[in-house]
Amino acid sequence: MNFSEVFKLSSLLCKFSPDGKYLASCVRYRLVIRDVNTLQVLQLYTCLDQIQHAEWSADSRFILCAMYKRGLVQVWSLEQPEWHCRIDEGSAGLAASCWSPDGRHILNTTEFHLRITVWSLCTKSVSYIKYPKACQQGISFTRDGRYLALAERRDCKDHVSVFVCSDWQLLRHFDTETQDLAGIEWAPNGCVLAVWDTCLEYKVLLYSLDGRLLSAYCAYEWSLGVKSVAWSPSSQFLAVGSYDGKVRILNHVTWKMITEFGHPATVTNPKIVVYKEAEKNPRLALGRLAFPPPRAAAGAASSTESKYEIASAPVSLQTLKPIADRANPKVGIGALAFSPDNYFLATRNDSVPNAVWIWDIQKLKLFVVLEQLSPVRSFQWDPQQPRLAICTGGSKVYLWSPAGCVSVQVPGEGDFQVLSLCWHFSGDSLALLSKDHFCLCFLETEERVGTAFGRPGDHT
Amino acid sequence: MGEWMTVTDPHLSSESKNICQYTSETKMSPSSLYSQQVLCSSIPLSKNVHSFFSAFCTEENIEQSISYLDQELTTFGFPSLYEESKGKDTKRELNIVAVLNCMNELLVLQRKNLLAQENVETQNLKLGSDMDHLQNCYAKLKEQLETCRREMIGLQERDRQLQCKNRNLHQLLKNEKDEVQKLQNIIASRATQYNHDMKRKEREYNKLKERLHQLVMNKKDKKIAMEVLNYVGRADGKRGSWRTGKTEARNEDEMYKILLNDYEYRQKQILMENAELKKVLQQMKKEMISLLSPQKQKPRERADDSTGTVISDAEEDAGELSRESLWDLSCETVREQLTNSIRKQWRILKSHVEKLDNQVSKVHLEGFNDEDVISRQDHEQETEKLELEIQQCKEMIKTQQQLLQQQLATACDDDTTSLLRDCYLLEEKERLKEEWSLFKEQKKNFEKERRSFTEAAIRLGLERKAFEEERASWLKQQFLNMTTFDHQNSENMKLFSAFSGTSDRDSLTVHSRPRQKKPHGVSNGSLVCASKLTKSLPASPSTSDFCQTRSCASEHSSISVLNITPEETKPNQVGGEVTSQKWSTAPGSQEGCYSGCSLTHTNSHVEKDDLP
Repeated sequence: MNFSEVFKLSSLLCKFSPDGKYLASCVRYRLVIRDVNTLQVLQLYTCLDQIQHAEWSADSRFILCAMYKRGLVQVWSLEQPEWHCRIDEGSAGLAASCWSPDGRHILNTTEFHLRITVWSLCTKSVSYIKYPKACQQGISFTRDGRYLALAERRDCKDHVSVFVCSDWQLLRHFDTETQDLAGIEWAPNGCVLAVWDTCLEYKVLLYSLDGRLLSAYCAYEWSLGVKSVAWSPSSQFLAVGSYDGKVRILNHVTWKMITEFGHPATVTNPKIVVYKEAEKNPRLALGRLAFPPPRAAAGAASSTESKYEIASAPVSLQTLKPIADRANPKVGIGALAFSPDNYFLATRNDSVPNAVWIWDIQKLKLFVVLEQLSPVRSFQWDPQQPRLAICTGGSKVYLWSPAGCVSVQVPGEGDFQVLSLCWHFSGDSLALLSKDHFCLCFLETEERVGTAFGRPGDHT
Repeated sequence: MGEWMTVTDPHLSSESKNICQYTSETKMSPSSLYSQQVLCSSIPLSKNVHSFFSAFCTEENIEQSISYLDQELTTFGFPSLYEESKGKDTKRELNIVAVLNCMNELLVLQRKNLLAQENVETQNLKLGSDMDHLQNCYAKLKEQLETCRREMIGLQERDRQLQCKNRNLHQLLKNEKDEVQKLQNIIASRATQYNHDMKRKEREYNKLKERLHQLVMNKKDKKIAMEVLNYVGRADGKRGSWRTGKTEARNEDEMYKILLNDYEYRQKQILMENAELKKVLQQMKKEMISLLSPQKQKPRERADDSTGTVISDAEEDAGELSRESLWDLSCETVREQLTNSIRKQWRILKSHVEKLDNQVSKVHLEGFNDEDVISRQDHEQETEKLELEIQQCKEMIKTQQQLLQQQLATACDDDTTSLLRDCYLLEEKERLKEEWSLFKEQKKNFEKERRSFTEAAIRLGLERKAFEEERASWLKQQFLNMTTFDHQNSENMKLFSAFSGTSDRDSLTVHSRPRQKKPHGVSNGSLVCASKLTKSLPASPSTSDFCQTRSCASEHSSISVLNITPEETKPNQVGGEVTSQKWSTAPGSQEGCYSGCSLTHTNSHVEKDDLP
């Protein structure tokens, strides 16, 4: 495993282009485009203000930089560096900006969610969509980029509009049976839309592309409900994580629950492997007491090396007692993600913040539990194989695969606190982001070069 | 006694005195006055006796005393003290004999009375102590009663308190329930209020939004604009099209196309899965039929009520099998028939399997028990026999030693004979020594043999058990093997239906393959055993006989295993019994053979194990 040198970064804005050739990173008001392989700077764009959001277009030809404070969006072309585009939302303000899947339209949400403006880079036409709902996840494009589902709020009722992305024509408009819709997401096959209600009520609704209600699922009442939702890449399963600390898996035939995964704080089954991160004892005994102490040792305590130990059968995980009188309590399944091959599901229970549960979806059983020394910040699956990268805000990155797991110290001077990470689509490299730096981590790829590029069809 | 006397009621004693007085008063005696005096005197009677007697009869009143005594005695039924008077005038003579008799009788009476008195006294004492005891008991019981009563009162009190508490708790519970109800109502009302307010606020917010929208958007805000160097081409290279009704229709069409594609894809998947399942079902059915048909011939004779259906089903199935192609067209028409027949067959199969299972377990149990018992018996018998032999040998040795000693002793007695016999003795000694060593050796051999025999017996028992178990498992395996299917095709649909877990069928088939070779190995092993035995012990026809029966039995079992019919498993049992009989009747001198047999048996086992 090799690491690149450390580059500057701001606002955790570092993105691989969808085609995997470029890497965009933002340093305050500058946008830097690098080649992924050589890490040489290819382009450098200067924006009008500090960049708050950056996004590649789907064809990797354009990149947009949003400056919400100014209500500005600047678009840059990679092929024509002199080409520029500036969209000013004026007094309406800007709250969010994103590309449409075709890479020729930009959807800007104004402040207060007054409307969504669809700017086209091809024509002068501008479309407006009124009544967008301010919610967790109100916009969802299908994987093939054909349709956009948008959550709306009209007359104190939730609606969903389905637009055709090619000409922004309204295809379907229907009201949902939700109290306060919280999010929508298309199934990867683009035929089913999952809609879930606010956390006050457990409700998951499934709509067909043509607006028919396929099914409604409610696991329980009265308690706090859905916290996170994820589709399996095969569209076969819908995993619903809720505040009761359970993940429920719905199937795509009957839309009923197949199984439910509880996240107890103690793992009793001896068949489940529990990897526990343990600090390696710094060997201070002999020749290491040099004066002045080496720089690595001078770093924070978190820079001490760590390793994984396999804990024996009844393992009790560190739990967090939720504060009852605060909003957004730290309970429930805060994050879940399917592996790209559908075989595994990784989850995090917010009341056991140090642990990542990995479930075997073939057997519908718990497979592995990883317990870190500090709370898990984020995790992401390798897009090509069942391999999970985890970061905890420390100077280490953790990788798990069915073969085992490793803890890797990020080299470099000082403390490199990994707050976020993102995979290159080939799974060869991994960008590690800290507060104001980033570096790339290259994984040994000799044996996987073929497979990495072998099935690009999976990702269209 | 004195103490007791003092304890007695004074009233009682006075009464007795009165009685005394009364009796003495009734007496008409010259000394009555005197006696009265004496009686009334406060001096204790015992002390006064002598004086009283001395005073009773004086020189002067002998006659009177005698007459008085006579009178008294006659009234008490004693014979008169006087001799029978011949005439009235004659003075009556004192009859000394009578007096003495009377005295004696009086003394006897006195003794008797004393004895009675003593008895009465002891009884009195006893009664007194009894009474004491009873009184104590009474007191104790009273106390107990008191405590019980107190306890009862305490308990009652506690009960009352608890009831009181319970009532209070009930009240509290009711209050809580009321409270909960109230709170629920409050929550509900607040929720409705909240919802109402939210709606109101949202409406206001919407109004504001609308207003803001108007203000912001209608001002012809020059700032809201897009500066672009030049417009770029569309990603697909096409030009944008006008929005018309046509496009709308086209969009709809496309949407439905997508949906349709999805459904078609799913249908295809389902069809594939269905086809796989159908295949599996058919195969299962075939397997079942083939499995059940050989069994059919025999049940036919048995005329079970279930077999009739089996046969008819099988015949039906045969008919259905020819219509296999129909299934592919539509499952609907044949479904019910199919499921019904499958269900029936399955039931039969299940019962059959259960029966087999039972049988196996029974055989296993029985075999194990029988064998165990027999081998142990055998073992015991053998050891007994051996011990007896040892004992006999010892005795023999002892007698010989005795004889030797006697001879030696006699030799010591007279030297001449000793001299004469010396040569004989030496010779005999030598011979005895030899014999002694021979016996020792023999003994050792016996010991060794005994040990080896016990070992062999134990080993044999274990082996038998293992074999039986293996046979049972094999039986099962064989059966299972018959119902396993070619599972490779079902792999295709694994992705589509992730519910189906990976099955262990492949491993099953792998397992079963080497097992099929097993019976062969068994028979081989037993044959080897037989040949070895005949070689090692040519002079014992019974052992080879036995071994042949043994191998025969194993062959029997293998045959029965292959056919799996309850009828044919019976010969196996019979064979087992035969062998066991042989076991028990085999003579004791063949331990070596036993161990050899078991050894070869283990060898064959090892070979078997090596096969997979």
